[in-house]
Amino acid sequence: MTARAPAPPPAVAAGQAPWQSSLGRFARARETGTLALVLVVFLAVTLDNKHFAGSGSIQQLLTGASLIALLSVGQAMVMVTRNIDLSVGSVLGLCAFVDGNLFRTEHIPVWSGFLIAIALGAAIGAINGLITVVVRVPSLVVTLAMLYIIRGLDSKLVNGVIVVPSQVPHAFVDVGYKTLLGIPYLAIIVALVVIIVGYAMRTFRPARDLYAIGSNPEAALLAGIPQGRRVFTAFVTSGALAGLGGALFLALFAQVDNSAGVGYELNVVAAAVVGGVAIFGGSGTVVGAALGALLLNTIQQGLVAVRSSSFWDEAIAGALLLLAIAFDRWLSLRVARGLKSAEGAHREL
Amino acid sequence: MGAAGNGAGAPGGVTASAAGGAEGAASTSEVVLELRHATKAFGAALALGDGSVELRAGEAHALLGENGAGKSTLVKILAGVHQPDSGELLVGGRPVTLNGPAAAKAAGIAVIYQEPMLFPDLSVAENIFMGRQPVRAGRRIDRAAMNRAANDIFTQLGVALDPGRPARGLSVADQQIVEIAKALSLDAKVLIMDEPTAALASVEVERLFKVMETLRERGAALMFISHRLEEVFASCQRVTVMRDGRFVMTAPVAELDVDTIIRSMIGRDLGAMYSKTRTTPGEVVLDVRGLTRDKVFYDIDLSVRRGEVVALAGLVGAGRTEVARAIFGIDRRTAGLVAMLGRPLPNGEPAAAMAAGIAFVPEDRRQQGLVMDMSIESNVALASMGRLSRGGLIFRSAERRLTTTWAKNLQLKYRWTQDPVWTLSGGNQQKVVLGKWLARRPDLLIIDEPTRGIDVGTKAEVHRILDGLAAEGMAVLMISSELPEVLGVADRILVLHEGRLAGQFARADADEAAIMRAATGQDAA
Amino acid sequence: MSSEIAPPPADPTIAPQFRPEPGRARPPLWHAVARWEAGLVVVLIAALVFGSSESATFTTKTTLFYAGINTGYIALMALPMTLIIITAEIDLSVASTLGLTGSLVGDLWHHGWPIWGALAAALVVGIAAGALNGVLIARAGLPSIAVTIGTLTLYRGISEILLGSQTIPGIGDRSFPAWLTKAGVVPVPGLDISYSTLIFIALTIACGIVLHATPLGRSLYAIGLQPEAARFAGLRVARVKFWLYVFSGLICALAGILLTAQNSSVSYNAGYGLELNVVAIALLGGVSIFGGRGTIIGVVLAAAIVAALQMALTQMTVDPNVQEIVIGGLLLVSVIIPNLSRLRVLVRRFRTTS
Repeated sequence: MTARAPAPPPAVAAGQAPWQSSLGRFARARETGTLALVLVVFLAVTLDNKHFAGSGSIQQLLTGASLIALLSVGQAMVMVTRNIDLSVGSVLGLCAFVDGNLFRTEHIPVWSGFLIAIALGAAIGAINGLITVVVRVPSLVVTLAMLYIIRGLDSKLVNGVIVVPSQVPHAFVDVGYKTLLGIPYLAIIVALVVIIVGYAMRTFRPARDLYAIGSNPEAALLAGIPQGRRVFTAFVTSGALAGLGGALFLALFAQVDNSAGVGYELNVVAAAVVGGVAIFGGSGTVVGAALGALLLNTIQQGLVAVRSSSFWDEAIAGALLLLAIAFDRWLSLRVARGLKSAEGAHREL
Repeated sequence: MGAAGNGAGAPGGVTASAAGGAEGAASTSEVVLELRHATKAFGAALALGDGSVELRAGEAHALLGENGAGKSTLVKILAGVHQPDSGELLVGGRPVTLNGPAAAKAAGIAVIYQEPMLFPDLSVAENIFMGRQPVRAGRRIDRAAMNRAANDIFTQLGVALDPGRPARGLSVADQQIVEIAKALSLDAKVLIMDEPTAALASVEVERLFKVMETLRERGAALMFISHRLEEVFASCQRVTVMRDGRFVMTAPVAELDVDTIIRSMIGRDLGAMYSKTRTTPGEVVLDVRGLTRDKVFYDIDLSVRRGEVVALAGLVGAGRTEVARAIFGIDRRTAGLVAMLGRPLPNGEPAAAMAAGIAFVPEDRRQQGLVMDMSIESNVALASMGRLSRGGLIFRSAERRLTTTWAKNLQLKYRWTQDPVWTLSGGNQQKVVLGKWLARRPDLLIIDEPTRGIDVGTKAEVHRILDGLAAEGMAVLMISSELPEVLGVADRILVLHEGRLAGQFARADADEAAIMRAATGQDAA
Repeated sequence: MSSEIAPPPADPTIAPQFRPEPGRARPPLWHAVARWEAGLVVVLIAALVFGSSESATFTTKTTLFYAGINTGYIALMALPMTLIIITAEIDLSVASTLGLTGSLVGDLWHHGWPIWGALAAALVVGIAAGALNGVLIARAGLPSIAVTIGTLTLYRGISEILLGSQTIPGIGDRSFPAWLTKAGVVPVPGLDISYSTLIFIALTIACGIVLHATPLGRSLYAIGLQPEAARFAGLRVARVKFWLYVFSGLICALAGILLTAQNSSVSYNAGYGLELNVVAIALLGGVSIFGGRGTIIGVVLAAAIVAALQMALTQMTVDPNVQEIVIGGLLLVSVIIPNLSRLRVLVRRFRTTS
């Protein structure tokens, strides 16, 4: 029993509230850090290649990051609860093709293209969530199996069919193609999703439950949080966003075959991790995850701009991801130590 | 509840001072919660035979009993974690059924466990208000209001804690404060504290007592569980004693003394518990010089001889376990020498320590001592796999032989050697850990809290085993928080205080008071 | 040393009926395991029956040979994966390591190295790739799933840097030596199986013995179930994990060489996405993703099932993508079945409450 000396009076004066955001500060510091890195990379590349700062290039940058960013929002929600959704890439592919094929054969209205994709994605997310929650199978396994099943289903549906641009309505393609004040619609839509979900994750009780579940499932149980329902909702959201991603994929490329979204799942997880979402749940923000996607994409395209070769993309992305993981560990150790030593100042009134 | 005052005959006991004032008022105050004759069995094992307790507003009530007396089962029933098989629970005079933790919460019962369960990633304020965060228009969480509310509670409790910081990194004491704040925010009428002081430093214990006093003044009914009787006398007004799953007595603290309480806890006199074989210590087995681990313990010198039981005493957190871990090599030492039979040991290598003849029975059986999902025989063989293997292969038959041999030596109660070890009772699990290490025929046995969580009968058995081992010439280094155990088993007693050796006693001239003085740093040895 | 009470006296408090007969051992853990593996055998037989009913040429040596060609190198990687998952870690970088080592063979060959030098270099790089994983996971204590997603990208990226978009041997390159490419596509002399199958069988036996009959294997389970207890029993947890990843890297390099030989060529995306197949085989084989449970037999059966189904469906000229559905479905069923009791409890609770 280490009897510490009576602590000095707290540094915090009554009435003042400097404590209001010390937790928020850490989260925001992580986001700001990612954003700063995006800017650093952007500026560094621009120094080498002035065209990188051109409006066309920036549009490309935003567009390129959009789909992964969108999916990483849902992924962040799932990861915060200590789960993972590996099926997102295949869901995106399936929804993109189903949409395209409906446009091709049924000539459905443009708006329904979005609705159908979102609904289909949400339905698959619901299956993922249901199996994970009810049967209590680890989500890694469930969504991995789902990845195979959907990928196979997708290829079976596609069966050689390729949806070509002329079969997709113009109004639909415009979404992926046109810009508003120089900003691609696509990026605006994704930014809106990020902002809305990001705000919700900070502000509403059920969303905070997600953090509680991931942070300490046992305590969440004692706190009476309906864990099953919350985790289920996270999977449905992730699926729905992947579905929306499918529609946007079709709008962006105006064509789709069975290779759409292949391998996205790991990029999406990578973006979330780079953006500060803990792989074991409890911490991280959707804004951070989206910024992680932007960072990875900026580096990728920056490399293209500098070397006019994309062969280095993946290696750099991988190295960056490892750095991010190591950095997060270092940061959390430091923060933990900092908090411990700060604790002394908060002993007794 | 028949408050059979079998101990009431000897008032004016040791230290009933601090509690004095409150009693007169307390005995007349209303009964908030009453548990009558609750029973609970797990399979064939009866965990609680007659759980009865009565908590009153504005009163701190100590629940006492040895490990295995049924206290934790009783707590879990009040927390809504377990449902009693029979018996009655009255809250505010009305019978209630608690079919889950949420129901207990709704009934105004809050439980603070020894290791609080917080959300490390969330802020302190959010930990307090999880699921009930104050909201403004549109059901949006009002963080400012939440932090303010948390701060208000902390002010009421007389503590300063930053509501905006994450719970990660809080000391156990501060985590308990957060839990207490949570209970207050819930307006809990009953606050149950399950060994809250076990991991606290003395300053923190005092702060907790102050908080408890504040809570009592607000009219809360407290139930306090502790193994340290001096804490009970310092903070509680009434005591209920349990033994072997049964209610023994309830009485005001002022009418009791330490001996009476202990007698009713163990159901017999103290002296009969330990038998000690006289041995003549032989050569030095373990020799530790200047052992230091920065910020944990400093400059520890100790030696253990053949046939000698050396106890490492001191309060929780004094660094006893850490010293043992460093000797065995689980943690690295920053300075000092550890030598076994004259040979120095490398730093931070448990395998080398084992090869040199050290065995280490750790404190936390479930996490450190055993692989709970593995079979009994695999656990017994785990530390001897190299010796059991023939040509690099291990054979089940060899494991089984080893297991049955030691099961017989230690009188292990089990059904099949291939049963998972979690199917055994705590005492028998401890015997498996012992068997695992004794099977290596070590020269030195380090044993940390040998009888924690073990029923009374097996406890005595473990003591007999330790005595027998020393008699056979083994060197034993024992860490224990139970002073009777230390005094009953050890030949020599070293006392640690804040990471330093604060006293050394031979068996003959050791007594509780002297050890406590050294452990609390009140006199240098 | 006086020894008055060496053997503790018999405890009279133990009722006679509770005094166990020492030495008897009923294997309760065996039941669950056996049931799982028995289930896999049934599925395997079903797959074989199904295959031969659909195709007359199914139960021939040729099928066995091609099953080895199609699945052998994947199944090979499932063995170290099994050991790693049993310690409650995971290695998602296996397919990228395969791609990296294959690409390295191609690149060095392209630059005029002798084939033995190129193959040796590939094995060394495989070991290094595993060692990097091992250092980050075992020494630095980073989560293996995150680390190996990172190295998955990194190793694939290095392959891309090495080969770019070219396939080796490209135009103007020497072909790989005939013995190497032949070894990829002809059976082992005297046997009807591919070299990959032979290697798999040999490695299976080795891994089976190590996992189930040696102190090392036992410690893998202990580490997966309770890492702290393992450390307190003197097991070198970090070191064991490190070497497992090194082993995984080595086997992946071997698989990379095999695949290069089979294809007679290599490009940077060789084996792309196979990590999930490898994990799927291990999990289908009954290895618990939480660690501490699983057998080599189960994984071998799972690999056989996957290989048989693939062959059957291929011979039926079923779209290879349907095979993915089947494997995914099997995986899903395999994790749901052991947990069916939970469903039943849930249904009962639902009934009683409504």
